[in-house]
Amino acid sequence: MNILVEVRFHGRGGQGVVTAADMLAVAGFKDGYYTLSFPTFGAEKRGTPVASFLRLSDEPIVVRDEIYYPDYVVVMDPTVIGPVNVESGLKEGGKIIANYPKGSEDLKKSMGTKAEVDVYTINATKMAMEHLGRPITNSAMVGALVGATNIIKLDSLIETVYEWFGSKELAEKNAKLIKEAYDYMKEVCKW
Amino acid sequence: MVMRITLGGISKPHSSKNMKTGDWGTEFPVVDEEKCTACKACEYLCPDSCIVVVEKGEKKVAVPDYDYCKGCGVCFTACPVDAIRMELKDIYKLEVC
Amino acid sequence: MKKVVRGFYSIAHSVKLCRPNVIAAYPITPQTEIVENLAKMYANGELGDCEYVTAESEFGAASILVGASATGARTFTATCSQGLILMSEVLLNAAGMRLPIVLVNTNRAISAPLSIWNDHQDSMLLRDGGLIQIHVETNQEAHDMVPVAFKVAENSKVMLPFMVNMDGFKLTHAYEPVDLLEQEDVDSFLPPYQPPAYLTTKNPLTFGSYAPPHCYAEFRVALQNAMLRAKDEIERAYKEWGEIIGRDWGGHVVGENTDSDLVVVSMGSLTGMARDVVNQLRKEGMSVGLLKIRTFRPFPAKEVRDELSNASKIIVLERAVSFGYEGPVGIEVKSALFGLSPEFYSFAVGLGGRDVPREELVKIIRDVYEGKVEQGFHFRTIKEFEEVVV
Repeated sequence: MNILVEVRFHGRGGQGVVTAADMLAVAGFKDGYYTLSFPTFGAEKRGTPVASFLRLSDEPIVVRDEIYYPDYVVVMDPTVIGPVNVESGLKEGGKIIANYPKGSEDLKKSMGTKAEVDVYTINATKMAMEHLGRPITNSAMVGALVGATNIIKLDSLIETVYEWFGSKELAEKNAKLIKEAYDYMKEVCKW
Repeated sequence: MVMRITLGGISKPHSSKNMKTGDWGTEFPVVDEEKCTACKACEYLCPDSCIVVVEKGEKKVAVPDYDYCKGCGVCFTACPVDAIRMELKDIYKLEVC
Repeated sequence: MKKVVRGFYSIAHSVKLCRPNVIAAYPITPQTEIVENLAKMYANGELGDCEYVTAESEFGAASILVGASATGARTFTATCSQGLILMSEVLLNAAGMRLPIVLVNTNRAISAPLSIWNDHQDSMLLRDGGLIQIHVETNQEAHDMVPVAFKVAENSKVMLPFMVNMDGFKLTHAYEPVDLLEQEDVDSFLPPYQPPAYLTTKNPLTFGSYAPPHCYAEFRVALQNAMLRAKDEIERAYKEWGEIIGRDWGGHVVGENTDSDLVVVSMGSLTGMARDVVNQLRKEGMSVGLLKIRTFRPFPAKEVRDELSNASKIIVLERAVSFGYEGPVGIEVKSALFGLSPEFYSFAVGLGGRDVPREELVKIIRDVYEGKVEQGFHFRTIKEFEEVVV
């Protein structure tokens, strides 16, 4: 079968790692893709390193194994880098989009990343604190991923956010956050 | 590497001591020792038993164990005299990118 | 309407459209959000005159449903693993009492050691209990099989509990597109339950009464006969579903290229990847086919035999172990093939939620095809280990 994009998300329980992949599955479907998202099935408690997965395809997705060779890796929490090998299996020409305040050069150096892997960083925790007042980075990182890769239309993502959150106020805050992260990353990636 | 499993999954006590969870959180609690009344509300309510009231000089104060604290903020919420504040870890503060 | 939903919701939505009268449940991972969704629907008044009972345990939930079903109510519950085996005492009674309770089992491993993750050990423990058991591959299939379950269970020729098995986490926690049914779709397929006998305060009856040796055996024969009739009724319901709803999931088994030298037998959510791998290997020139088993009880032995009669090598992918023998699906498949003598291999994979990577399936099939594995039962996706006392 023809899988178009495979994304792996890393972070810690409570940061919305699972929700990030789920929101993109809903948004991707709006763009006409078949989508599948699922979490690694770790202990469901705040703070443990967790991962989640997203597949996009132009035909129904039947493959349900974990993603070992992602096109993109999204890192929601800088402190999982190291304890977790976030780069594992990343395809050639793949991208890492990380919440890492010290910048991409620092991250590349500290991970010893291969030259052909693009690393983009964003200070998502700071953005989340500004918009939401809480260090929940999923909206910012979803915006950053879409800004860096253009895999899903921003409009579809924003539409999804309004469906996702029960409270309109919260949806608006998250939509703003997504837009800011998206714009920032689009600028960084220059497309 | 050969994995070792034990008969029926027996394990020795204190195995969680080796599992240092202090790097999990985004924020960490800081105790204002002047304000702390050693009431033990935080000690009773901490879900990981990692804030304990100890004697410090002539005073008793709450001391968090940063090796295990996951930054959940229960102590911060529970403190009746606002002696605990949550601080963002340094790694989240820097802005270079 | 096609929508991206979580596996849990696909079940809850379908249950709602079946117009249940009583739902009783006790939460257990990975079933929880099914009953959370139903409880929410109940609280919002979306379930009509349905009673939703939060039971004190799975034993209690099943017991409540036995009582409710005896009064002629359409009943539903969901559970798995330890919850299912705690229910088992009651469920096996429900089978003997011929009460058409429908349950969704979100397949999860059995303790000890404690595991909340997926394999098929739980439902296999109820293999001989007189419950109809089917396994689904996707959340769409799970969604569609709930009305089918009610229809068959409540069929006057059947009258048996019906368990829909869906893989915990792999399906329950996955967001994927599901074409959600409309009320009129389900109404046109599933008529209201017409209980042949039911209990009221004015019409007291005893259900599941005492049977001494002079008559017990006849009840068990009647139970077996009901199971055998269920085989035809399930097939009919599958077909009718395809005609009315337009999504035909096939019969008890679905064979693809089963005239090949090697056929892979699979059940549950692993089947999709198995199909994908088989298709890839066919493109490379390998003579390999796939047999998906949908109905596990009553076991479709004839259909399995018909599909596998040309294969010289058979692989069964197992998600459980009958400790002291081999994988439970392999045991059934072998017995269905009695008298034929293909090479037979079964592999237990993905126990307790261990991921089964695509490469592992490719390797299993290649190894068997190239004659690199001995016949019989094997474990795969296992690390090298040693067992010490403590």
